[in-house]
Amino acid sequence: MDLLAALGRARAGARVETEKAYLVESRLAPLARREGYDSIDALIAALRAKREERLIWAVVEALCRGDTTFFRGREAFAQLRDEVLPALSLRRRDTPIRIWSAACATGQEVYSLAMAAVEAKGLATGTRFEFFGSDLSERALEKAQAGIYTQFEVQRGLPIRMLVKYFENQDDTWAISPRIRQMVRWKRINLLADLSAMGRFDVILLKGVLRGMDASMRSKVVESLTALLPPDGVLVVDAEDDLSEFEDLLTAAPGRAGVYLRDPSVRPAVAA
Amino acid sequence: MKTCLVVDDSRVIRKVARRVLEDIGFEIAEAADGMEALAWCRAAMPDAVLLDWNMPVMNGIEFLRQLRGEPGGDAPKVVFCTVENSVDHIRAALEAGADEYIMKPFDGDIIQAKFAEAGLL
Repeated sequence: MDLLAALGRARAGARVETEKAYLVESRLAPLARREGYDSIDALIAALRAKREERLIWAVVEALCRGDTTFFRGREAFAQLRDEVLPALSLRRRDTPIRIWSAACATGQEVYSLAMAAVEAKGLATGTRFEFFGSDLSERALEKAQAGIYTQFEVQRGLPIRMLVKYFENQDDTWAISPRIRQMVRWKRINLLADLSAMGRFDVILLKGVLRGMDASMRSKVVESLTALLPPDGVLVVDAEDDLSEFEDLLTAAPGRAGVYLRDPSVRPAVAA
Repeated sequence: MKTCLVVDDSRVIRKVARRVLEDIGFEIAEAADGMEALAWCRAAMPDAVLLDWNMPVMNGIEFLRQLRGEPGGDAPKVVFCTVENSVDHIRAALEAGADEYIMKPFDGDIIQAKFAEAGLL
């Protein structure tokens, strides 16, 4: 257990809640099976003995995997659709609005925002969007990219009208329509790495990440992501994440939905 | 307290749904088919209806069409809860005036999420 906690922290800055045995169990058991070990203990023993990079990453990915739903934190999505995106579209006449889901897990978040963008009203004509999804986990990204969800997954957070409009039913699974899927590009990114070459992003979503990080990692991630935002850019975190310690960098938008403005003195994208 | 009419020909499903809905603060009435449900609604219009599709006597979609024609029948939020999971069924339900749609099998989280979606929580 100590080994797992140490790996999680060193490789991904994540606080692995090893006291929650069921969580570790449910995440590592499938991995142990896949790798041909009889039990989680056997997997950990192998980890200790071999220190094999590939296996270490597989374990870190499994431990840090986010659980997500469509439109998680729905107030933030409504604010983005109704206020942030229309305001940005008026200012980005010639360049696309670039949106990054920085810990996209299995893709529900970035697809939710792509659907919200398609549904947004009051966009300037010719507005273009570029969506990016990144995650630490290759397996999560593979699933995200495929855009195929179980019946259980599409019933968590997704309004039925949007299911009918943006998904195709294939037996017991639901595939997001190619039109939405093709709006998104994917890449494996560790948020603790140097992000300065990522380019500018107008909106960055970072959900399900900060609460599992210790203070120094949290600062590093928030600061390096904020550095990618233009003056009217927006960072979206979980509603329960409190970023008041970064008040020099970010100001909470009204509504307490986890939407933070880069610089409120530039007329904010979110109406006060 | 908001009221929810649970309409399903399976007593087991009604019992499971009752438990979930009572936990999120609804007072529950039960009906085993569409005709029985319609009688309930004529006596006292509920705030919500959790509605199965395939039932004897009167099925869910027929009940919904009749309900929406009743005085005050446009008020209840109607959430289908059925094994029918084709897009055609879902479209037909929405056209008939359903607010949300649950595909069985369901669990408590799904009921809660869909009731929130329908504006009931």
